[in-house]
Amino acid sequence: MSGKHDKNKAMTLHTPLLNELESGPWPSFFSDLKEYSKKKPVVVQLLNQLEESYENRWNYWIGKVLNAPGYGGGIIARVSEKADKYPGLANFHTVRVIEPPGWVYNTDALRNLADTAERNGAGILQFHGMTGDILLLGFSDEGSLQCVEDLMHDGWDIGGSGAALRTLQCCVGQARCEMACYDTMKVTKHLTDSFIHYLHRPEFVYKFKFKLSGCSNDCANSMVRSDMPIIGTWRGPMQVDQDKVAEFIDAKGMEYLIDNVLTRCPTRCLSVKGKTLQVDNDNCVRCMHCINVMHHALSPGKDRGVTILIGGHRTLKIGDTMASVLVPFMKLETDEDLEKLVEFVERVWEFWNDNGMDHERVGEFIARVGMGTFLKGIGVEPDPRMIRQPRTTSYIKFEELAPPRMDGEGNKMPPVWNREAEAVETA
Amino acid sequence: MSDKPLAPRDQGAPDYTKHLHPLMLKNYGEWVSHDRMRPGVLVHTARGGDKLYTVRAGSPRTMSADTVRKVCDIADKYCQGFLRFTSRSNIEFLCGDKNDLDNLIKAVEKDLGWPLGGTGPSVSNISHTQGWLHCNLPGTDAAGSVKAMMDDLIEEFRNENLPNRVHMATSCCQINCASHGDISVIVQHHHPPRINHNNMQICELPKVVAICPAAAIRPAVINGVETVEVVEEKCMYCGACHGQCPSMEIRDSETDSLSIWVGGKMSAARGAPTFMKLAVWGIPNNPPRWPEVSEAIRRILNAYKATGKPWERIGEWIDRIGWAKFFEMTGFPFTRYHIDDGPEALSNLNRSAMIRL
Ligand code: HEM
Ligand code: SF4
Ligand code: SF4
Ligand code: SF4
Ligand code: SF4
Repeated sequence: MSGKHDKNKAMTLHTPLLNELESGPWPSFFSDLKEYSKKKPVVVQLLNQLEESYENRWNYWIGKVLNAPGYGGGIIARVSEKADKYPGLANFHTVRVIEPPGWVYNTDALRNLADTAERNGAGILQFHGMTGDILLLGFSDEGSLQCVEDLMHDGWDIGGSGAALRTLQCCVGQARCEMACYDTMKVTKHLTDSFIHYLHRPEFVYKFKFKLSGCSNDCANSMVRSDMPIIGTWRGPMQVDQDKVAEFIDAKGMEYLIDNVLTRCPTRCLSVKGKTLQVDNDNCVRCMHCINVMHHALSPGKDRGVTILIGGHRTLKIGDTMASVLVPFMKLETDEDLEKLVEFVERVWEFWNDNGMDHERVGEFIARVGMGTFLKGIGVEPDPRMIRQPRTTSYIKFEELAPPRMDGEGNKMPPVWNREAEAVETA
Repeated sequence: MSDKPLAPRDQGAPDYTKHLHPLMLKNYGEWVSHDRMRPGVLVHTARGGDKLYTVRAGSPRTMSADTVRKVCDIADKYCQGFLRFTSRSNIEFLCGDKNDLDNLIKAVEKDLGWPLGGTGPSVSNISHTQGWLHCNLPGTDAAGSVKAMMDDLIEEFRNENLPNRVHMATSCCQINCASHGDISVIVQHHHPPRINHNNMQICELPKVVAICPAAAIRPAVINGVETVEVVEEKCMYCGACHGQCPSMEIRDSETDSLSIWVGGKMSAARGAPTFMKLAVWGIPNNPPRWPEVSEAIRRILNAYKATGKPWERIGEWIDRIGWAKFFEMTGFPFTRYHIDDGPEALSNLNRSAMIRL
């Protein structure tokens, strides 16, 4: 084939504006793709179209839908408005690939991805998409489908899109971080594999994201980027090596300890006596600051687990929502723990999907129905650790205090105010 | 495609144990401490005494297959074939032998041309998205603007001279795939969507009506065509409808502009995570190098560097010095648009008489 419909139509690179992205010390994606375009003619078309975007401050991609057999997501299909001029961009899709948890790679796997991307498409890879998955760019319809088959043949699986579970993402965790309070990689793999059906087939009212961090430093950026952050934490005392504390003080000075550790603790639960550090463990909120600063001397406690939060997402539609506590503490070590988590998530999904509106993220759903109703719906007891403070609005519908008034039925005040009495009467 | 049977479906996440450096596998869960040997180089120590060296460098995120192979060559030579990426698209070469470090560093800097850094109190690589390279919604580019910004910030990436780490993000529409950061750049539109009524039949109308956060879209019949209309007073130019329906064009190459937001933080260290806040709006969308964005970022970083105390992230620093000082130091005008009228509006006012005078 040749001429107008030739996807590999020969074209000279014309990129006066993009050329300005070649100077300067930071690695240039443009220089890389420019070099690569000598081998992949379609990349010339891509860069020429990008040049037009730079010139006109305008975008030329439109979305469409394409699915691999058996899957309802994972290919982000793009067609160019300028396909007449750039026939190679007529269909130029992205394939989302589930990354190895923690973004770790052996080079055989990376070479395999590079070869698969190059063989079936434009040979452009991104490490990683902001969702966490690997993005391979630039496939025709056929190329996309073949790419997906090849990937799966080689043991990869493709990511989620649409009103479905998204590819999970986690921090490096126990593989290389002494702060990690649980096995983020293992839990990420377990959740991905357990819920793989929901990742590949959009059956939810809207998307759902998990992000997993081994401690509240939250290197996986879970708090505002995921519907269910799972963050490592511990019960009981943190571990203190007093010899190392003394070494720290000798090296850095007492003033540094006071200014940068003691007074920066959010709950003021650190104090120093001589050269030993005292921790008010009951009031430590596991923020990680002192451990970050004095990581040779301090580490998380031994009885470790996770805090599960709910409802984070970015601004669309009701404004940003930060995730909030749903399960203050849970062990996540044994197979039974993992199964408990899977069942718990299914309960959350069921209530959300049965009652959520179209396009309603779980955080928006909670904002609409109220956390109290949500907890009741998923069968979780309210816990003061879920809130910053109790409500300040006094208009409340107490179910307990509003028994039926008609037909002469009793309207006696139940003993709801006293903790012990309540346990007896309403259990 | 051939008639070969389909490959197995639903295989799930890769087996990470096959992707772990032998020292990571051996010492899984047994790491006890780490040190920064120099900016961009970490050493982690395991209980048994093993040491794993990490060489962190800034990657462009978008790479050709050939570049990926070059990366692999280096990892094969010095890292027993293992590496990882970070959430901010930095690459981490993992090395078990201290004697290989110098050559590894040389290979990363010379053969690959990627700078070492992004560790400790530095500006890390900028989280970014597709932009004009490959999304259907962008009002600006992503990788190109990151390249321009990081050219300017490279010394802040290579050195550890800031009060604390600075996470940056840039997003090419208000969906904001790159999310919150200590400093985030976002596109903003300034008009309601322009509706292409003739193209409307291609989508399911209720979907686009449902997605509007301002309830500004309603079904309508215009010139006999079933379509929608937008109540312009209600519309807040967010572009959500455009994401749903290509016939609701929100972008405008003449008037779209950029805004910069500061003080986002996901970590709970020292205090709960925080959203980013508006610092400055109305910055021109000026490819190929967006010099005004770099200038504005530079002003924020200079002020932060000058008066931030150790461990204070940008949001914590501003909390201490006050927003008045922030606007004074950066020279950004404080306008009525900085005052929130969204869901957090009232709680974002100064509801006290506590004022720095
Ligand atoms: C046509 C529909 C959409 C497609 C094809 C799409 C595709 C994508 C892609 C490719 C990314 C990764 C970007 C990158 O790293 O370069 C992404 C991330 C993201 N998208 Fe979408 N998107 C769509 C609609 C939306 C909508 C409507 C929202 C808002 C609710 C949204 C919110 C996000 C967020 C917050 C991220 C960041 C990922 C994270 O933090 O997990 N997207 N999307
Ligand atoms: S989130 Fe915590 S455990 Fe995970 S990598 Fe970061 S510091 Fe380590
Ligand atoms: S982890 Fe945070 S809350 Fe706990 S003692 Fe350290 S600084 Fe204080
Ligand atoms: S920020 Fe917007 S334009 Fe940019 S990649 Fe994400 S959805 Fe597309
Ligand atoms: S731009 Fe936003 S507010 Fe305006 S009509 Fe579209 S979705 Fe509604």
